[in-house]
Amino acid sequence: MDFAIILSVLDATIRLSTPLLLACLAGMYSERAGVFDIGLEGKMLAAAFAAGAVAAITGSAWLGLLAGMIVSLGTTLLQGVAAISLKGNQLIAGVAINMLAAGMTTFLGQTWFHQGGRTPALGAGGRFEPITLPFANELAGVPILGPIYADLISGHYVLVYIAFIMVAVTAYVLFRTRFGLRLRAVGENPKAVDTAGISVNKLRYQAIIITGLLCGLAGAYFSIAQGSGFGNNMTAGKGYIALAALIFAKWKPVPAMFTCLLFGFLDALQIRLQSAQLFGVEVPVQAIQALPYVLTVVLLAGFIGKAVGPKAGGIPYTKER
Amino acid sequence: MSARRPLPRWADVALLPALNLLLAFLVSGMVVLLVGENPLHAIQVIIYGAFGYGDGFGYTLYYATNFVFTGLAVAVAAHAGLFNIGGDGQAYVAGLGAIVVALALDQTHWLLAMPAAVIAAAAVGGLWGFIPGWLQAKRGSHVVITTIMFNFIAAALMVYMVNRVLKPATTMAPESATIAVAGRVPQLRQFISFFGYSPVNLSIVIAILALIGVYILVWHTKFGYAMRVLGANPTASRYAGISNSKMIMITMTISGALAGMVAINEVMGVQNRLVLDYVAGAGFVGIAVALMGRNHPIGIALAALLFGALYQGGQELQFVIPGITREMIVVIQALVILFTGAMEGLFRPSLERAFMLFTPEQKAEAIAVSTTGSES
Repeated sequence: MDFAIILSVLDATIRLSTPLLLACLAGMYSERAGVFDIGLEGKMLAAAFAAGAVAAITGSAWLGLLAGMIVSLGTTLLQGVAAISLKGNQLIAGVAINMLAAGMTTFLGQTWFHQGGRTPALGAGGRFEPITLPFANELAGVPILGPIYADLISGHYVLVYIAFIMVAVTAYVLFRTRFGLRLRAVGENPKAVDTAGISVNKLRYQAIIITGLLCGLAGAYFSIAQGSGFGNNMTAGKGYIALAALIFAKWKPVPAMFTCLLFGFLDALQIRLQSAQLFGVEVPVQAIQALPYVLTVVLLAGFIGKAVGPKAGGIPYTKER
Repeated sequence: MSARRPLPRWADVALLPALNLLLAFLVSGMVVLLVGENPLHAIQVIIYGAFGYGDGFGYTLYYATNFVFTGLAVAVAAHAGLFNIGGDGQAYVAGLGAIVVALALDQTHWLLAMPAAVIAAAAVGGLWGFIPGWLQAKRGSHVVITTIMFNFIAAALMVYMVNRVLKPATTMAPESATIAVAGRVPQLRQFISFFGYSPVNLSIVIAILALIGVYILVWHTKFGYAMRVLGANPTASRYAGISNSKMIMITMTISGALAGMVAINEVMGVQNRLVLDYVAGAGFVGIAVALMGRNHPIGIALAALLFGALYQGGQELQFVIPGITREMIVVIQALVILFTGAMEGLFRPSLERAFMLFTPEQKAEAIAVSTTGSES
């Protein structure tokens, strides 16, 4: 592979990792607070639809983004009422959310726009345009570093930069603030937090609100940045890959970024290659597709390292009476 | 807080699910209203489409057959305290077992090919359930996450197997060779003309046997007892001398094998070949079916029939009312899971209070509780 091809694969890697990263960070807030979230996929899908629909109607990408975040937040709160207030099974709540989003988006899409579930294609202004960073064009001529800056770092959608900034923000919030300390405590030992006079459920709601907003960003990325309008089942299981990345990264922000980049790279690779040669053996493209899932299973089983989630994850908190 | 009493059994088993189901339907009706259609007309169309004539009823039974298998798969795991979300993947890979045996034996007779394929599909589906079970039992990985991952691994594996291994050189479409007529599971319309052109087939007999088998297994065997002890309290079961890890592995294998029966219905009874994505989310419907059926075979049979009717009626719906697509059924399904599964606690407290008013010895207590306002 020559330099230009490597560069274009890495460029695709960044583009494909972005929604994974946003969803992965979203899941981190929720799971760190002790609320298992297998509904990332559904929230992204709902947000992608809302963003695509509103951007198509208003012609504004920003309004689309806002709509995506609001719908994702609403979906999250529905899940929260079931999983936090009513102490329902968090996993079942997640399954329900995923299914609800899959059904509703296609159903409403078809009923409202009559294009087989798609939202109308977006014109200029309706979707985010790539941002050219300062001096990108001027520096493009510099050997090696020029193209890296101009093609790889510059020229992405605003959501891409937000995603990577959110890694630092999340690391700061979770590990350097009082809110973050409490949030992690609530996921490990809610009783201790409760004893300290802090409301467990309130903290968990605060955590999932952040989850909802970040899923909104991730979902909007599909329909109004990467794509031009919403298509059926647009997120295509990316929410589950984000979940896998979250576990693979052991619920930590910076490893989450590298995991998402790795999974994004695998995705970029399988789009480019139909099959690859490895030590003279043909590797089918399906094997590359399955790799993120296989890696997660292997890691989770403790064959390479060990992933142990927040201790109180999955258990609704019941205050003693 | 001791005022609250558990609900009578009938209320717990029938009334509460019925209320939750009703709520799910009400919300679905509101969605239909939202898009400007008449929900009552929609219900009419669904009921007629699902039960009103032979073809429709046959399709209802055909869908229900799949949902019985996936519902039982979820239920068996649930009795042991495991949430098997991988029914889709297990049903999918089981197709490999079914098709290999079916193609090998299709020159003989279906009476030979079908039982052999059942064993093969159960073995492959069971394996796909066993691995997550083994990982949970021996390595402590969460079975929910592993089964989700196995759904995706199954999808990739099957695309590879169908395209690169099973597809005959002469075919363009991604599908295996066709099973000869002698090796196919007979469709009921061959004996009963009432079913018209519907694909309901003898797999439904396997479904009924599976329902009875699970009932006996869970409630009338030592194994089933051990399974339920594990589900109710893993610590107690360990002290009782039950090997929890062995139970988890066997239960997940049985669960996967049950899901694998979908392959018999689809591959040998309907498609007559292995096609891609034939499971079409039946594994996830199984979650709704098991939740609604309270993990009991009778409940599962009824819930599977209900969802079969919804799927068939939903097909009809989009022809009669163009404003409503069949995805509406996925919405209903999601709402059923949400209300009967995750929001199960929505009605329970008020129902418990209501019931206390009707039992004389608790009535005074209930009034005392509500007047002092100490109820939380």
